[in-house]
Formats: sequence, structure tokens, C-alpha cells
Amino acid sequence: MRDPATPPRPTAPLLQAIGITKRYGTFAANDAVSLDLYPNEIHALLGENGAGKSTLVKIIYGLIQPTEGELRWMGDKIVLAGPSAARELGIGMVFQHFSLFNNLTVAENVALGLAPTENFSAISDRLAEVSRDYGLPLDPKREVWRLSVGERQRIEIVRALMQNPKLLILDEPTAVLTPQEADQLFVTLERLRGEGRALLYISHKLDEVKRLCDTATILRLGKKVSTCDPRRETAASLARMMVGAEIGEVKAASGRQPTIPRLIVRDLSLAPDDPHGTYLKNVSLEVRGGEIFGIAGVAGNGQDELFAALSGERISPTGGAVVIDGDAAGYLGINERRRLGAAFVPEERLGHGTAPRMKLSENALLTGHAASAMVHHGFVDKPAMLDLVDRATKTFDVRKAKRDPEAASLSGGNLQKFIVGREILREPGVLVVSQPTWGVDAGAAAVIRQALIDLAARGAAVLIISQDLDELAEVSDRIAVMFHGRLSDAMNAADADRETIGLLMGGSTIAPSEAADAGA
Amino acid sequence: MLVLEKRAERSALIAVASPLIAIVLTLVTIAILFALLGKDPLFALKVYFLDPLNDPYSLQEITVKATPLVLIGVGLSFCYLANAWNIGAEGQFLIGAVCGSWLAVVTHGTEAGPWVMPAMLLFGAAGGALYALIPALCRVKFGASEILVSLMLVYVAELILDYLVRGPWRDPKGMNFPTTAEFDSVATVPILIEGSRVHLGALIALIVVAGAWLLLSRTIKGFEIRLVGVASKAARFSGFSSDRLILFTFAVSGALAGMAGIIEVAGPVGHLQPGISPGYGFTAIIVAFLGRLHPVGILIAGLFLALTFIGGEMAQITLKVPLDLTKVFQGILLFYVLACDSLIAYRLRLIRTQRKVAHEVANGPA
Repeated sequence: MRDPATPPRPTAPLLQAIGITKRYGTFAANDAVSLDLYPNEIHALLGENGAGKSTLVKIIYGLIQPTEGELRWMGDKIVLAGPSAARELGIGMVFQHFSLFNNLTVAENVALGLAPTENFSAISDRLAEVSRDYGLPLDPKREVWRLSVGERQRIEIVRALMQNPKLLILDEPTAVLTPQEADQLFVTLERLRGEGRALLYISHKLDEVKRLCDTATILRLGKKVSTCDPRRETAASLARMMVGAEIGEVKAASGRQPTIPRLIVRDLSLAPDDPHGTYLKNVSLEVRGGEIFGIAGVAGNGQDELFAALSGERISPTGGAVVIDGDAAGYLGINERRRLGAAFVPEERLGHGTAPRMKLSENALLTGHAASAMVHHGFVDKPAMLDLVDRATKTFDVRKAKRDPEAASLSGGNLQKFIVGREILREPGVLVVSQPTWGVDAGAAAVIRQALIDLAARGAAVLIISQDLDELAEVSDRIAVMFHGRLSDAMNAADADRETIGLLMGGSTIAPSEAADAGA
Repeated sequence: MLVLEKRAERSALIAVASPLIAIVLTLVTIAILFALLGKDPLFALKVYFLDPLNDPYSLQEITVKATPLVLIGVGLSFCYLANAWNIGAEGQFLIGAVCGSWLAVVTHGTEAGPWVMPAMLLFGAAGGALYALIPALCRVKFGASEILVSLMLVYVAELILDYLVRGPWRDPKGMNFPTTAEFDSVATVPILIEGSRVHLGALIALIVVAGAWLLLSRTIKGFEIRLVGVASKAARFSGFSSDRLILFTFAVSGALAGMAGIIEVAGPVGHLQPGISPGYGFTAIIVAFLGRLHPVGILIAGLFLALTFIGGEMAQITLKVPLDLTKVFQGILLFYVLACDSLIAYRLRLIRTQRKVAHEVANGPA
């Protein structure tokens, strides 16, 4: 790490964004944002969801055109017709959501993203070389579906590096990694900086930014708030700039006493319905009223399958495998489970938790038609639907352009607040929530976590499936780790240290025979 | 360069304007086609689209032809909204006609009372629904493509109809023509306006439009239909089964097509014979999409497509162009309707040829 007091700042910026404005109708997603990116620098782009980070990055990568303002590349004005034009200049991007074909090999996936001028074996060789040089081990012949999420991200990084970019953009790269994997990634990124490349690092994990980045630009509501040296700021001061106010500390409600078990899973084994899915193997757990139970684990280790089995989107092999408030619910569908007082928040906001192109009121009906009074004799009660939207908006500070917009028009954080609010306002006795604050800004995350804690304090059993260890540590009473479809024993959150959990997430402390069998 | 850029929210204005844009583009294309055929394009368009509207007889005929189109189109819109692809409404129309006609044939010449006609409509609807359930069940139970199965069953239905009117149901006094006897008066759909051909079916179609609108916009079933179509995973999260919905929408659209079939036979035609449909079941697909899968839109689109049938006949007489031009016209219209629909979620944007600029910056000016 270089001495922050005397940063050897190069004289000329590689890329300048000058007065970038992007309007959608009357709404300005970016409002006169300027940004200078220098070689040899990791530049953080910080902001809440909906602050305009994605818009700005998409403009820099040529995916959308600014309404006003210009981009300069080494001093020359440029207009990017599309991502291929950006790549030709030397701009690479690693997206948060991977664009990989699961049934193809690593090399095939990389070849698909490159210009068709190079032949396949040359690409394979160069891929092996780049991955070796940068300490990003990858087997070019392996199919993507066999790889862990961290390995899949490596493909995206290697794919970007093979075009030898001068500027590399990374969109929340650690969101899907274990702490150990994230540490490895930072080593790679520091090395790329040392080679004279510019990196634009999008994140809202303030600790990471403070540790890794030389400069930070903070956006709020489409405007630039400040460009600063994150190492001279505190996490609190950065957060304040992002949110524009102090973030409410999440307060553990005092006197939360676990009562009787309200959600029980007994020896649940289930085959996946998708060939690339994970088998659930003998999963057992108990969540008591007043308790928050956290399930950690790297994505793709059976969390989706467990959520589907708990929600009733998939029926269990035995009725007693899932017990909700004393009732055997294994054979029941999702609406019958809702009538037992359970509520569910899936990971995917658009397309699973909500229908993106339907209005919020209709999305209120989506989970409310079975157990809330929104349907009378087959007819829907529009005022009751709108009333839920209004209450969720008020209670959870959902920001939106009009009273009842389409779900897809909300920012991720605001939509998540709506989805969580929609369920919590029903006062469920059991709440199962997957990745409650995934890709959500710090302000919204605090609101959501507080709501979960308050719900538990009112006596509900809350089960959180999350990849974010900080989040689990902050809100959970007990934590278990999911790996290859098995769930570890639960430990008290107070006793669980990150190292142990990180190792469990990588499968290391599972009994040797099982680890061998999992690796086979 | 023209690019399609995704809109933040779907444009309500374009949703209404898109069918109109499609119609204008179709008219321009048709005009060019007429010009290539050596006809005066403006005169041809006038014969095709304006003359029928100035003639009381043609206006009645438009109503008569629009009736089955609207009935079938509303049913199909249920399927298409739910992402279930019923292409075989033509077959369900014919089977509905056959099932309803059975009652007319067996009561022919008896003292049967006025219950016959309503019962025929019920039989027609039930027959169409059961016939539509065949492809739906194949899809749900075996994963067979409902598109292919429903389409193939159209030809089966044609052959069943053909067999019956040439064989067991042929009118003994019909001079060997493949047709049943004329239905008794208790077995015919009454005329609505004295002295015209406009019959009770037109009123039924209006009631179906109103009912469909109420169902889709105000009921939980309508919500289910719309939800399964746009977000199947969210629909499962909402507790709806897409399999059950496929069966439901196929049954409803089959019932409406079957009822349209028996209304056609017991109304304007008056007896069962081959060739009772000039392709209503297929044209109704265009009607459903041109009407934006909305009941009121389908009513308007049904009237418009009926106009093309009548205009095509007029053009054949006046301009000596082949009647098949109507099908060409309908095909072009469907093409433009589907193309214009992408403008609802996307906007067209013109950007300068930046690729060149970027290239120059990267490699230095050539």
C-alpha cells in the first residue's frame, strides 16, 4: 500500500466525464456529474441505490447515451456508440450479474465475448496465460455450471483482462464472494493498479473502499456530492455523504426473548427441479418466536432450493418436513402457508418478488390475495391494494415518482423496502427472507434490518438467508452455514467469528469424508 | 445509427398508438402493392376501405362478419395474455358448429320448443371447450407443443365436419349437396334488426366483450391470467399454477370459438355445410393482437378486419383483383402490429456515427 500522504498522481487523466446529465423524462438520473479517472488509481464510485451509479457507468461503457455532457479519453472528446466501441478504446467492465452460458466451457464463454478474428485454440492458450499471470486459476475446459461463484467471477475478470483494458470497471465485485475470496480479489486489483491501469470500483461496502481505493466519488440523487480520499474519511463520514444524513444505527430491541419454535424444518431432503440445481440433504433447523436465525453461505449451495421448499413453491416429500406454527406444512402450497401466518421475501426482486411491468398495487395483490382482505367474491379490492402501497410507502420510506408506478421503475433499494414492507405489514408469525439487502444502499439496508429486528421483537420467527456476513452478524441470534446442500449446526451469533464461518462457507470444516464426497 | 433504447416505464401513449401506426403502415404498403398491380392506389384504397362504409348493406355485413371475429378474438386474448398459444380456434369453431348442429339435426321436423336454440349454443360452447382441452392436456401432461397440436386439430375438425355432412347428416332432399337440411325456426338464431342480417350473435359478442373486460380488470382470475403471462416465476410465488391456467384459458377460448361456430351456422348460414368459415379462427389471431389483447380493442379490431373481408369482395368486383389480396393484407397487418409493439417498451433513438469517432480516437485519424 502506498503512502497516502504523497500520492504519485499522474499528470493527465485517462478518462474524463464532464458535466454528464442523463434525463428520463423530467427525472435526472445523472445531473451534471464530472469525474476524472487516472492511471495507477482505484477510484471508488459510492452512492445509494438510485443515486445514479449504474447510469454513469453505463454511459462510460457506451451502453446508454448522455443527454448532455461529454466524455474525454486522454484529452480527446469521444462518443461511444456501444460497448464494442468502448472495448476498442480500452474500457473493460465486469458486471455484477454474470453473463455466462452454464453449459459451455470457460474457454468457450471467453471466446464468445471476443472479436471473432482470433481462433479458438489461440484464445484458450491466451486465457491460460492471463489466468496464470494474474493468479486467477481457471481450467479453460471446465463447464461453467461446475464452477463456484468466485470462479465464475474470475472468468468475467479474465475475459475483460484479455482485451488488455486501460480502464477496468467493476460493479460490486465482492457482493457474491466469501471473505477469503474477496481478499484474493483485492490482491489482483492492487496488482492491476500497479500495472498503470485505471480501475473504477463500484461498491457501497465502505470498509472495502477505505482499504482499497485511492479516490472516491460520491453520488447522491444523481448529483456528485464530493470527490475525496476515502482513507482520510471515516466510514461514518462516507455514509453521511452518501445518504445525506446520519444513518440510523440498527438497534437490537431489548428484552427479545426466544419463545417456542414457530418454524421447524426436520430432515428435509429434496432433489432440485433444475439439472444445475443443488440437492438438499437432511436439512434441519428450528426458529423460535422472537428469534432471528441466519443462514450464511456462498450462493448456489442450496439456498434457492431451501427457500422454495420453505415457501411452498416446491412441495416437500413429507408433510412434517416443514412445520409452521405447529401445523405440518410440507404438502401445503404457498398460499396455504401464508394463511398459516407465514410470509416470504425471495432474493430476486424483479420477476420473482414482483412482476416488473405491473403496478405496485398489483404487486401488493401478488402476495396479499390469499391471506389479506383484498379479494371479495372473486373481485379485487383496488382501494385495499392502494392502501397497502400507501402504508408501505409511509412506514418504509419508499421513494417513487407517483403513487402507483410499475415495480420496475423503482430503484433496487426502494423496491426492496416495498417488498419487505408488503410482507411485514401483514404481521406474519414466520418470515423467511432471502438476501434482504442484496444490492441495496446503506440507508435502505438499515431500514430493512431494523424492520426485521422489530418484527422478531414482536414475537415472530425470522429466518434470513444471506451472503452478507456483516448483515448476519448484525441482526442474527443464531447462524448456520449452508454448503453443498447441507446445513451446519447452528451457533450463537455472539460466539461465531468470521474466520470460522468463512471456512464453513468454503466447506473446509465439514467432516473429511463429506468434503471428499462433495468435491467428487 | 438508429438504436432501440429501453424505456423506464412502458409508454401508455404508444400502447394505444401502436395499432394505429401499424394500420397506417399497412395502408401504405397495400397502396404500393396496388400501384405495382397497375391500379390507381388511392382509388383502390377508397374501394377497399371507404365504399363499404357508405353502403348500408355492407355495414350490416361488417357487423355479421365481425361477430365471430370478436367472440373468438376475446377468447384467444385470454390464452395469449397467459402465454398459452392456441392457434386452433378455427378447429374449435368448426367443432362448436358440429356439436350445436347435432341438436338441430335430431330435433328437425319434431315438435321441439324454443329451448332448442339456447341449448344449441351451450352444446356448441361445450364442444369447442372440450376440443380445445385436447391440446391443453397434451401440453400439461406430456409437454407437447400446444401450438402444433391445436393447429393440427383444425384439419381433423374439417374432416369430421366433412364426413358428417356428406354422410349421416346429409339432407335426403338436398340433391346430394354436402349439407344438412335447413334448420327449423326454433333452431335458428333470431334476427336482431327486422329486415337485416344482423342477428342475436352481435349482442352476445357485446356482452362477452363487457364480461371479459370486467374479468380481466376487476377480478382475481383476470389478475392471474395477466400475471402468469408477464412473470411466470412471480405467478408461482403468488400461488398460481400455470398448468391449471393453460387448461382454463384453452377451455374459455374453445368455448367462445365453439359458440361463434354454432351462432354462424344457426344464424347467417342456416344449415351445416363445409366452408362455413372463411378462416375466422385464424383471422381472429390478428384481431386479438391488433386489439392489443384488450376486449374493447378487440371489438374495434374485429370490426376493422371484417371491413377488410367486405372491402376485399368489393375490390374483387370493382378492380378485378384476386380475393386472396385480403389475406395478404391481413398478413401484412399482423406483421406491422407485432413490429410496432416493440415501441411500447423501447424508444427509437438516432445517434451519430460515433463508432467512427471512437475508432479514430483509438487508432488515430486514418
